[in-house]
Amino acid sequence: MSDLLLTPENRFQKQIEERLKKDGVELSVLNLGPTHPATHGIFQNILLMDGETILDGEGTVGYIHRAFEKIAENRPFYQINVLTDRLNYCSSPINNTGWWMTVEKALGIEIPKRVQYLRVIIMELARIADHIICSSVMGVDTGALTGFLYVMQYREKIYEIYEEICGARLTTNMGRIGGFEREWSETAWRKIDEFLNEFPGVWSEFENMLSRNRIFMDRTIGAGAVPAEMAMSYGFTGPNLRAAGIDYDVRVAQPYCSYEDFDFDVPVGQNGDCYDRFCVRNAEVWESMKIIRQAIAKMPEGPYHADVPEYYLPPKEDVYQNMEALIYHFKIVMGEIPVPNTEVYHAVEGGNGELGFYLITNGSRVPYRLHFRRPCFIYYQAFNEIVKGRSLSDAIITLSSMNVIAGELDC
Amino acid sequence: MSLDNQTIQKKLVDTFGLDIIEFHESHDILTFEINSKKNHEIIKFLKEDKDLNFNFLTDVCGVHFPDYEKNRQFAVVYHLHNWYKNVRIRIKCFTSTDNPNVDSVVDLYKSANWQERETYDFYGIKFNNHPQMKRILNMDEMESFPLRKEFPMEDQGRTDKDDRFFGRIPNNC
Repeated sequence: MSDLLLTPENRFQKQIEERLKKDGVELSVLNLGPTHPATHGIFQNILLMDGETILDGEGTVGYIHRAFEKIAENRPFYQINVLTDRLNYCSSPINNTGWWMTVEKALGIEIPKRVQYLRVIIMELARIADHIICSSVMGVDTGALTGFLYVMQYREKIYEIYEEICGARLTTNMGRIGGFEREWSETAWRKIDEFLNEFPGVWSEFENMLSRNRIFMDRTIGAGAVPAEMAMSYGFTGPNLRAAGIDYDVRVAQPYCSYEDFDFDVPVGQNGDCYDRFCVRNAEVWESMKIIRQAIAKMPEGPYHADVPEYYLPPKEDVYQNMEALIYHFKIVMGEIPVPNTEVYHAVEGGNGELGFYLITNGSRVPYRLHFRRPCFIYYQAFNEIVKGRSLSDAIITLSSMNVIAGELDC
Repeated sequence: MSLDNQTIQKKLVDTFGLDIIEFHESHDILTFEINSKKNHEIIKFLKEDKDLNFNFLTDVCGVHFPDYEKNRQFAVVYHLHNWYKNVRIRIKCFTSTDNPNVDSVVDLYKSANWQERETYDFYGIKFNNHPQMKRILNMDEMESFPLRKEFPMEDQGRTDKDDRFFGRIPNNC
């Protein structure tokens, strides 16, 4: 039996004994997690340490595994949206929209341009919220709490926009098959405008504080470097991949939601270290704001949802007075909507990488199989290889710079 | 030069003949079935051939088809992506229900490591030559494979939750 099949504690115990016999050096085992302030989520790393240096490690994930794929096989399509919220909960609207687009692709629904633009705005806001957390938490882990608290106010403002659009803040459950549940209110537009006016100043202050800061640079440059080849082999996507110098972005490679209409850059780094990841995320925030401004400026007229009465809930007043509306309402709520027999893979650029939905339907009211391609789960497996031979403090900053979200890791 | 699905199909048929069957396009992605004994060889070819060059393993997952015949009840589905020419393909690899196993592709793509462990964890499909073939999300002591269709989602003996009227009875999906 291979050693790797043992539990990490037992495997490391063997190594500790061998090393002690060999040259008398006492190694130790450090349990980083499952709940530790520096892990930002519930996952555990069992590390074999020689003093401050990490010799080996094993991540044990699954502490918040909630069997989403099993639940999804037993729920009608519109009820699966709440599961996607809880994947990367820092940017739920991207997950929601990704799921609706998967369903729309399977059902063959044409989406009005206006809905696509609205979705772009909300997804880019979500991306900003996601990057605010990751970048500012990197500051916290290198000892700068101020920036975190300062920019967190603006994540709050983004949450207020979500609240105005769908009523929820963190787990948004936003949208419906074919569009949004209601027209965006005046307040929502005003809040977006306010955000776009205030945030650039704040974000450049935040960037100035850290990006040329001696302490921050010394802590992050060269720490947790992932060369391009390794990033590709380990399935990196999103900012982590682009930091390594590969310009793969789903928004550009396979545009969805009319991303081809907007002019934006894909920032890339060079060395794939923590500092590059930080810079790439910061630059992406600027690009996201650019996209939102363009979307607002070009916003087409039109309805806020597609004309698909079989899938889109009718207004409640109609349900009481109109026969057809009542029938559709009943069918949708009971999950009796017709679904073709098909197989779809749809990917969106999530906050931390390519978020894919692989859906197989067999004509029944629930998915036959739904698999979430969670970017975190795939790139987090590189963590042990990255930190091997580095110090513990490097490991902490690497972990936060990779933006590993426990909800997405465990699904 | 772009790489279209016909070229990929022709190249694969020329090289592997009847080991690759059932070519079809599903929402723009070329999908085909491969012989489960040769999955490693075929994926290696797809990765290393200089025209095909599928450099990125997007996704690995399992699917259970209890209604199919006995030697093809489990499928391992790979999504590969050629970043240079921006083409995706989907590969299905069916294996039998008695001893579901396929070869691991960890030596080609490191990202397969945890994804294959996840597939094993949920479906019990063994990946030969995998360096660490054990469960990942569920606990090691668990004996069943929860994403198989026969595994009930909830404790069927529960009496406190009666929602038959909302369509949730056993075997209705």
